[in-house]
Amino acid sequence: MEKKNGFFNKLFGGLEKTRQQLTDRISALVSGHSELDEEFYEELEEILILSDMSFETVEALIEEVKKRARKMGTKESRVAETLLREILIDWLTDPPKESELKSKLHILLVVGVNGAGKTTTCGKIAALEKNNGLQVMLAAADTFRAAAVEQLMIWGERAEVPVISQGQGADPAAVVFDAIQAAKSRDVDLLICDTAGRLHNKKNLMLELEKIHRVLKREAADASIEVLLVLDATTGQNAVHQAKTFHAITPLDGIILTKLDGSSKGGVIVPIVKDLQIPIQFIGVGEGIDDLQEFNAEKFVDALFPQTVDKA
Amino acid sequence: MANLFENLSDRIQGSLKKLTQRGKLTEKDVNAALREVKLALLEADVNYKVVKDFIGKIKERAIGIEILDSLNAGQQVVKIVNEELAELMGGKSEALKLEGMPAVLMLCGLQGAGKTTMAAKLAKKISEQGHAPLLVACDVYRPAAIQQLKVVGGQVDVPVFSIDGSQDPVKIANESIDFARKNGRDVVILDTAGRLQIDETLMTELQDIVASVVPKEILLVVDAMTGQEAVNVAKTFEDRLHLTGVVLTKLDGDARGGAALSIRAATGKPIKYVGLGEKVDDLEVFHPDRMASRILGMGDVLSLIEKAQGAYDEKQAQALEAKIRKQQFDLNDFLDQLQQLKKMGSVQDLIGMIPGMNKKQLQGAEVNEKDLVYTEAIILSMTQKERINPSIIDGKRRKRIARGSGTTVQQVNQLLKQYKEMKKMMKQMTNMQKQFKRRGKMKLPFPGR
Repeated sequence: MEKKNGFFNKLFGGLEKTRQQLTDRISALVSGHSELDEEFYEELEEILILSDMSFETVEALIEEVKKRARKMGTKESRVAETLLREILIDWLTDPPKESELKSKLHILLVVGVNGAGKTTTCGKIAALEKNNGLQVMLAAADTFRAAAVEQLMIWGERAEVPVISQGQGADPAAVVFDAIQAAKSRDVDLLICDTAGRLHNKKNLMLELEKIHRVLKREAADASIEVLLVLDATTGQNAVHQAKTFHAITPLDGIILTKLDGSSKGGVIVPIVKDLQIPIQFIGVGEGIDDLQEFNAEKFVDALFPQTVDKA
Repeated sequence: MANLFENLSDRIQGSLKKLTQRGKLTEKDVNAALREVKLALLEADVNYKVVKDFIGKIKERAIGIEILDSLNAGQQVVKIVNEELAELMGGKSEALKLEGMPAVLMLCGLQGAGKTTMAAKLAKKISEQGHAPLLVACDVYRPAAIQQLKVVGGQVDVPVFSIDGSQDPVKIANESIDFARKNGRDVVILDTAGRLQIDETLMTELQDIVASVVPKEILLVVDAMTGQEAVNVAKTFEDRLHLTGVVLTKLDGDARGGAALSIRAATGKPIKYVGLGEKVDDLEVFHPDRMASRILGMGDVLSLIEKAQGAYDEKQAQALEAKIRKQQFDLNDFLDQLQQLKKMGSVQDLIGMIPGMNKKQLQGAEVNEKDLVYTEAIILSMTQKERINPSIIDGKRRKRIARGSGTTVQQVNQLLKQYKEMKKMMKQMTNMQKQFKRRGKMKLPFPGR
């Protein structure tokens, strides 16, 4: 539980400026504008766009606020904040998960564009699950970026988890192949495969990723495999394209939103979760080994729009 | 969503299409068109406040335009938008200031922006300009960051200065200056750790480095995919460090790069270079006009042309042209062409730069780069005699060529057929050219400047 407190401090700390900006501006809007009219909505739209939610999403969000306000039969602007919170929580709440882990070996394939924070995230997940009592192994399948293998090795040491690697320039699919064999023979519970950063519009690199995924499915047919996309919270609308393209090549089971300790709002996840129905699994809130936490829609929205008079 | 604004100019014209009356554009007409501009800019991640200011400016200029016909009015609005945007993006690209012995250049930015890769690219560019740079590993926090700099330093053949075990970037920066002087290195490039602009300790550390070694260039490295927050990031770095410029990375992605505009508006500092890939050569000078078109979703034709011209040797082009005219184009020339094409980079990347080419259209028309490899292999498996005179290639020869190139006889047949058709086409073109001679020479396939 101690950890959780630390997490909230970090999340709130990081989001503080954001929160201040968003809620202050919304509060100011509400106090200066008591009625829910077009002018109010127009200003609300401006405020919300600063969170990196796409224009479309903001429009949909405002439509929904209008609808719910009508249902409530109110025209008072002070309901707006509560409604926004409600709607966002609805949208961000995970779609129900289908299956529990049946198989012994669980494999995570961690993908994303360059500089999103894949290697760091792999290290953090390894430490987290190791502490949860699992046998964890890392696979250094980013064989492209200079010193990526060394970087993962250091994370392996920190988390006290073995790292399977073949060095820079090796075939990433071969590294994954090796890692699966090693994981099977060493009775590993969780194998985490780090991959090279690739921009989603690079056809050849996406095909390479597809191949890695194929090798995983073939060589570890009885394992449960999850593909996780690492997204930088600082990213703008391109994150939506990233999610869509990666999802098309290697169907995504979840998203990890990194760098949420910064001042960015991470609002771009709203259209992703809402439209693509891919759940956010973890959020990264720092460079430390335990700066990774499970995503919770309610708390995420809390951090964005802290509860005001309504509940306090 | 991706293609919604593929062509902003169409959308602006569409919004003005309903205009039937002649006269002047009213505020109401302009507002409708500007809504499209606003959406396009927001979708491109330009900061909301910047968009608002910008729209205000355009509005002033657009109201009162004479409507001759609706299309014309639309074109005029597009022109204003383009001009204002290019103006906002800044004038001519600015060179790096490399004065002092040594000149110090510092890179800073958020985590994962691409500082280390950019350090190597700049080192390469600077050495090509006749300098002797030194890369300095001041990122003492990220695991293996120093190792990464050493590897990329090796790739560009530039020495890397680091102090093993040191946790003090200020000290490393300081000592690197002495090292550079002693070793005849005239430019020092400091690679610093990624940091959040709200991290007080690390921002102070950067200020300490600046105070200590006084860099001539302080460049903020920004990911082109950055969203609304780009303004706050850039503003804080500017306030704390007084940047001399900005470097935009990952522009080889499909982000529209509106952050460039936000940063420019927030700091007033020029964008000096852009990163266009993971290879050490993938660095280009920033072109404000091209960025403006890109942000508006109008493609980057100029970069495409330049890329083609850069790869294509003009002399070779002339020789080829002469051959085509005399209809002596043989398989050796065909091979030459292929190799030139390969130099230009990925065919997919090139196609991506063509305006109006969106992914939907690309489907089905995808270029399989493997085919090019096969084609090359097939020609390379032919004798010189066969390449010059392909008509001698009979069944037996085809079998041999297929075996030699690891392909099938069908593939060899296909290539020969393609060659035949190409020759036929060239014949037609040359004939056409003769007929239209008065209009000036038509050059093939990539004209020189």
